[in-house]
Amino acid sequence: MSDTLVDYDEVLTRYEPVIGLETHVELGTESKMFCGCSTTFGAEPNTQTCPVCLGLPGSLPAANAVAIESTIRIGLALGCRIASWSRFARKNYFYPDIPKGFQTSQYDEPLCTAGHLDVEVDGETYRVEIERVHLEEDTGKNLHVGGSTGRIHGADHSLVDYNRAGIPLVEIVTRPIPGAGAKAPEVARAYVTELREILLALGVSEVRMEQGNLRCDVNTSLAPIGSLEWGTRTETKNVNSLRSVERSVRFEMRRQAAVLDAGGRVVQETRHFHEDSGSTSTGRSKEEATDYRYFPEPDLVPIAPDEEWVEKLRAALPELPAARRARLRDEWGISPTEMAWLVNAGAVELVSDTVAAGADPADARKWWLGELARRANDAGTDLGDLAVTPAQVAELIGLVSAGTINDQLARQALDGVLAGEGGPAQVVESRGLAVMGESDELVAAVEAAIEGNPDVADKVRGGKVQAIGALVGAVMKTTRGKADAATVKRMLEERLISS
Amino acid sequence: MSDVTATDITASTAAELSRALQSGEVGSVEVTQAYLDRIAAQDGTIGAYLHVDADAALAAAGAVDAARARGEELGPLAGVPLALKDVVVTEGVPTTSGSKILAGWRPPYDATLAARLKAAGTVLLGKTNMDEFAMGSSTENSAYQVTRNPWDTDRIPGGSSGGSSAAVAAGLAPWAIGTDTGGSIRQPAAVTGLVGHKPTYGSVSRYGLIAFSSSLDQAGPMTRTVLDAALLHEAIAGHDPLDSTSIDSPVPVLAEAARRGAGGDLSGLKVGVVTELGGEGHADGYDPGVLARFAETVALLESLGAEVRQVSCPAFDLALPAYYLIAPSEASSNLARFDGVRYGVRVGDDGGRDLDEVMALTREQGFGPEVKRRIILGTYALSSGYYEAYYGQAQKVRTLITRDFTTAWDDVDVLVSPTSPTVAWSIGARVDDPVAMYAADLCTLPASLAGVPAISVPCGLSDGLPVGFQVMAPALADDRCYRVAAALEAAQDAARGHTFLAGMENPHS
Repeated sequence: MSDTLVDYDEVLTRYEPVIGLETHVELGTESKMFCGCSTTFGAEPNTQTCPVCLGLPGSLPAANAVAIESTIRIGLALGCRIASWSRFARKNYFYPDIPKGFQTSQYDEPLCTAGHLDVEVDGETYRVEIERVHLEEDTGKNLHVGGSTGRIHGADHSLVDYNRAGIPLVEIVTRPIPGAGAKAPEVARAYVTELREILLALGVSEVRMEQGNLRCDVNTSLAPIGSLEWGTRTETKNVNSLRSVERSVRFEMRRQAAVLDAGGRVVQETRHFHEDSGSTSTGRSKEEATDYRYFPEPDLVPIAPDEEWVEKLRAALPELPAARRARLRDEWGISPTEMAWLVNAGAVELVSDTVAAGADPADARKWWLGELARRANDAGTDLGDLAVTPAQVAELIGLVSAGTINDQLARQALDGVLAGEGGPAQVVESRGLAVMGESDELVAAVEAAIEGNPDVADKVRGGKVQAIGALVGAVMKTTRGKADAATVKRMLEERLISS
Repeated sequence: MSDVTATDITASTAAELSRALQSGEVGSVEVTQAYLDRIAAQDGTIGAYLHVDADAALAAAGAVDAARARGEELGPLAGVPLALKDVVVTEGVPTTSGSKILAGWRPPYDATLAARLKAAGTVLLGKTNMDEFAMGSSTENSAYQVTRNPWDTDRIPGGSSGGSSAAVAAGLAPWAIGTDTGGSIRQPAAVTGLVGHKPTYGSVSRYGLIAFSSSLDQAGPMTRTVLDAALLHEAIAGHDPLDSTSIDSPVPVLAEAARRGAGGDLSGLKVGVVTELGGEGHADGYDPGVLARFAETVALLESLGAEVRQVSCPAFDLALPAYYLIAPSEASSNLARFDGVRYGVRVGDDGGRDLDEVMALTREQGFGPEVKRRIILGTYALSSGYYEAYYGQAQKVRTLITRDFTTAWDDVDVLVSPTSPTVAWSIGARVDDPVAMYAADLCTLPASLAGVPAISVPCGLSDGLPVGFQVMAPALADDRCYRVAAALEAAQDAARGHTFLAGMENPHS
């Protein structure tokens, strides 16, 4: 049941995409949104629960002040207007992972509205308008047992873990983003990347996508080029990595184009994203959407942030990523485009931390955008999820510039680090990767290369100096790359030219 | 141990028991046993309790007596027994809210008020019957049993706190906690001859009260005397960080107001008689006997020195429809958690049904007809497209009712009305007519919707059945209710030569 897909470039000859993102961020507060339970990730199921987050009869919520403050700080960082009067609302629907039969959320009176976030893709700036930022509680987690897919369909039975129920969740909703054209998938990714950087700078969430701290619902629609109306959108739920955000938009564009090309109509629905194939599949149709019967939550008093407090929070905001990047660009002496590469790769903080650990900025950039980006891509993960720390990368760079290893050995050392064999120095030691000095072994290898290749040696002696490369190669081969090429070359020259 | 008889004990007020316990005249075990014996003898007829744990009650009483014997400093309520409406969550003690859907549930925690009463040393006799999820005015909507009015066992004890009212009126508890959403403390108190007070919204923690309508629910005392009501109210009042709507203000001084009021001097007090609650042009549906007792009581207030005037509160006419949109709307959401997933009854989970079917069956079989009626009503009122016309409009009416009160407070200190348009009706008389049942709340709804305090105090008999007099006061001025009610109580007791309950003939024998 694979979908027909239109070639990506071809999609853009006929259609204009509009995207939109709803991002859920679990705040890193000590306790839950409406009770005192811990929010630590990974505890035994249902050990971090109490009458309130289990929704036991009679229990009542009490709002977490830190979560409210964090939400306002996020709103401020996104240039939002902070409401002087805001209320929680009940979103009513039945599902086992919402213990009260409703989710306490915000509806028509959110804490923050009307902000924006500028993102850069390939040197161009796209302004993403923020519709609203609101605060709600997370749901529990269902575990469907017995089926092949892990989804409820086909499962024998389901278990519910309420540890996550009631963790403060901030929802950041963009307005529709038109005009990105072919760059739409990258704009989507750049937006989430930049948002993530802001959340990290604010220190309000750990933003670990693999732990579900940040989850995206990605809306995509296509309209024929020149059309005055936007097309019908689909909402791809729970897209949980930066790379997946980009892929989901790309896939939906190609799929929807095929539907429209065939004269069909796009169904307004939620879709599931599949990490393995990068594809989406149909979820529940929005046309049979639940009526959530929102109404103001009578168990909580309205939030009325006073202006003075909001201004104090604004003044105390940390340096935001855009400003920070401008500063780092100056410090590192790189162009906006080079900085954009770092941003899109999610590498700004990684490089900055690597530089802070003692590496030269140019080397740090080279490693994160080169070898490490390649590894992340091969592994299908985000750069920050690689099993190597900026400090280790700095250590690796240090070993190279000290001449202890060369670039090729450094890549082998990196293999070891990623395989969990320890830090770079440790791996160099245990794998015996250090560059050979002018040792007896190297002298023997050089002399063996001359003896084994008399024709080439003669050519060099006869003045064809560039032929020396073949001899260097032979030495590198016998030493399995551990020799320093420059040293080898010098030793060969001493033997063949100077004497 | 003493010459106090069991009958003396169960005829005593809680204040008298408190004094006797403190002086050592009686012990808590003796007092508790007297009530348990009376429950064993009479509750078969009355049906006030859903759950009585004699062993636990005697153990708690024994602990108080032991502590007293050791000379420990105990609070004034230590050792006094009491009953809790089954809507109050009690740790380890079955709590059903009168519903089958919670059959067998033993909560893992105590409601704040239950914890406070436990800490005060009171002894829990048991949990009392109620209309399912507090929805009703006769306790006939209980999923478990009928509760009978001790004044006439063919009649209803009021509701929804009918188990509490019947228990106290029948001497099966010295006092009890009820909850009031639209009148569920005051109306049962009125029809069983008790004092019942609905505190200012937010002054008693709702944490651990199984929610019916969150913006209206308040717990309060149901007692034999005004002083008892004030004492019990003080014990449960006060800010609770677990309830966001709890008011952060000092615990009001109520017992003192009751004692002062009993002195009988109300000179300077300005009393407003609400025209819309049984007054001229608004007397349809009111028993003539109720209106007669009300008029006599207003005259009594004047004789005690109060200045009485008529006050018109036009929006009160809309209280009933507004209430029956707001309360069911909130209830439809509050009761969504009863889905059979985590606790209570689960129906149809036989491996052949999916989640939605099991949830639907659980609710179909777990809820009674009145609860379903209100869930449907509320679900409809909150639906998109209808929200503004129903819930939104009802909230506006609520604002108007609050404004009528605010305007009235410019001219008067308290507002008064009958508590209920009628005396207790016969069991079964209104079960097929929900609207007639709803009309029982006519007089109590305005104070609920505005969140202001209101007390019901006995004011005589009509056809041999108790009539209640309601005193409403501004928010946080609960002390005024107690003062006025105590003055009336003292004057009436003096005139008739005995307390109101002592006038009960052939008590339910």
